[in-house]
Amino acid sequence: MKIAVCVKQTFDTEAKIVLKDGKISGDGINLIINPYDEVAVEEAIRIKEKQGGEVVVVCAGGDRATEAIRQALAMGADRGVHIKVNDPDVDEYARAVMLAEVLKEQGADLILCGHVAADDGSSQVPTRVAEILGLPHANVVTKLELGDGKAVCTREVDGGMEVMEVALPAVITCQVSLNEPRYPSMKGIMQAKKKPIANVDAVAVESKAKIIELALPAAKQAGKKIEGEPEDTGKQLAEWLLNEVKVEVKQ
Amino acid sequence: MAKGTWVVVDQRDGKIRKVTFELLSEAQKYGDEVTAVVIGKGVEGLAPELGKYGADKVLVADDDIFAVYNTGAFVAQMAAMIKEYDPAVILFGHTTMGRDLAARLAQKLGVGMATDCIAAEISPGKGVFTRAIYAGKALAKVQVEGTPILATIRAGVMEVVESNKAGEVVKAAVAATAGDVYQNVKEFIPTISTRPELTEAEVVVSGGRGLKGPEGVKVIEELADLLGAAIGASRASVDSGWLGHEYQVGQTGKVVNPNLYIAAGISGAIQHLAGMSSSKYIAAINTDPEAPIFSVADFGVVGDLFKVIPVVVAELKK
Ligand SMILES: Cc1cc2nc3c(=O)[nH]c(=O)nc-3n(C[C@H](O)[C@H](O)[C@H](O)COP(=O)(O)OP(=O)(O)OC[C@H]3O[C@@H](n4cnc5c(N)ncnc54)[C@H](O)[C@@H]3O)c2cc1C
Ligand SMILES: Nc1ncnc2c1ncn2[C@@H]1O[C@H](COP(=O)(O)O)[C@@H](O)[C@H]1O
Repeated sequence: MKIAVCVKQTFDTEAKIVLKDGKISGDGINLIINPYDEVAVEEAIRIKEKQGGEVVVVCAGGDRATEAIRQALAMGADRGVHIKVNDPDVDEYARAVMLAEVLKEQGADLILCGHVAADDGSSQVPTRVAEILGLPHANVVTKLELGDGKAVCTREVDGGMEVMEVALPAVITCQVSLNEPRYPSMKGIMQAKKKPIANVDAVAVESKAKIIELALPAAKQAGKKIEGEPEDTGKQLAEWLLNEVKVEVKQ
Repeated sequence: MAKGTWVVVDQRDGKIRKVTFELLSEAQKYGDEVTAVVIGKGVEGLAPELGKYGADKVLVADDDIFAVYNTGAFVAQMAAMIKEYDPAVILFGHTTMGRDLAARLAQKLGVGMATDCIAAEISPGKGVFTRAIYAGKALAKVQVEGTPILATIRAGVMEVVESNKAGEVVKAAVAATAGDVYQNVKEFIPTISTRPELTEAEVVVSGGRGLKGPEGVKVIEELADLLGAAIGASRASVDSGWLGHEYQVGQTGKVVNPNLYIAAGISGAIQHLAGMSSSKYIAAINTDPEAPIFSVADFGVVGDLFKVIPVVVAELKK
């Protein structure tokens, strides 16, 4: 089975956001694989380990994105495709078009993605890719079972879980509870250096949604903090809940 | 000329999610006719409820094919109705259904879109949406132009206002066919809980590693039930197996926006704050006076949750 995994490089989740000339500054920021995409890479490798095949990592991003691809290769993916995109503000539409172009060429049996990017929080790109390629999709999957030409996906929906079957090839987006991604081994890291990464230019496509302003949210003010005997502090907290928040107490 | 605002109704078995009412209320501000779009099976009866929160019209697509949400049929139906009625703006809740439907539809229409928005400014042919990016560490204003303008809006950020509109039913021609369906939904397993859903709850009581085990979960459950609250969790208590992942609040869990968030035994890691720091009131109970959660808490108690919470419970019961 040939599996393509879409990997986005994002800021470390601990990163402090600083604006420079009205843009988000990447200076001194540690970059990681989007946590959901790491889960997608892990799932792809597990499928390969079980039934053989190939895992191709596709990433659209600037020069530093090579690090994210290498990390996926060190985990066990076979090769990478780096779509060179230098403008960090390309919108979800444009990114989907760029990725779909490459994915179409790859002709994978299964395309795995994260269900959301930790930086832009959009949850758009994979579903758009599926539409462009005319493939079925399943979002926010927590369990994936593959069987003759189809995927049975257990996925999170509001109010519960759903079991859904789609025919392959399909685009499937991963939730973190799908698996626990491995750390690359020393051997994996060494091997990754020799694995091929193809550099391709992104197809020319204009963004349709444009960021016109960036700001930092007003810092939340710390309120009251009390210490003391639980009998007293607990009582004060209850009073605050009743008088300030005006909670309704259900007896 | 495209005109009117559509709000896509998020419902399952006739039960409408609250975000739908939030969006209908918000849409009143745009000064244009508001249409609630409801796709489902046996859903015409929802019209009065939708009118109550601001739907001038209720566009109903009723068919067996829509009995359970499936992307292909819903997208085909939406696309056909958009062609026929030409709306200017279409709002979805940023729910599992909303984001799934909106993304696929946006691509089919070849338009840009802003998702998980927390504010919207609409003018003719243009929408400017505020989004929290980098898990709430920055705010971006995103501009989308053209028709229709599509956006998904985060639950809990817009106020529900009753405005008692007509909710006049307009029946849409069913355009989706069996050939549009590419997902076979085999089963829905509802979360069995007497508590409200995490992303819709007015009050959330969350516990972290400080719960120390299932016994600690019982302690927060008692408080939650007294407040009619949903239960939430930090990743530490999910990873420890005390609560399922569906309870996790934060960057890789759910984003919640309740009126009150109570964090018990949670340190307040940046990834946890990402999911709850926009709550209106925040209370924290933690033994460590230096815990970062106190920097966002309106009311912090330095103390042992096993001792403090029972006192709170007893006081509230009085
Ligand atoms: C990519 C990534 C994504 C992540 N996503 C999330 C996410 O979505 N949600 C999330 O929550 N975390 C997330 N995390 C993990 C996060 O970094 C923290 O590890 C986690 O939030 C810690 O949980 P905690 O506060 O319960 O545990 P701890 O940090 O161990 O804190 C426990 C707290 O309990 C207090 N305590 C102990 N005993 C008591 C007592 N008896 N009474 C009162 N207080 C007590 C302690 O003082 C301490 O402050 C993520 C991490 C990464 C790297
Ligand atoms: N630049 C990119 N390169 C590769 N994959 C991407 C990129 N942007 C988004 N994706 C994929 O789409 C998923 C959801 O991203 P988003 O729609 O931005 O929230 C990610 O988890 C990735 O799998």
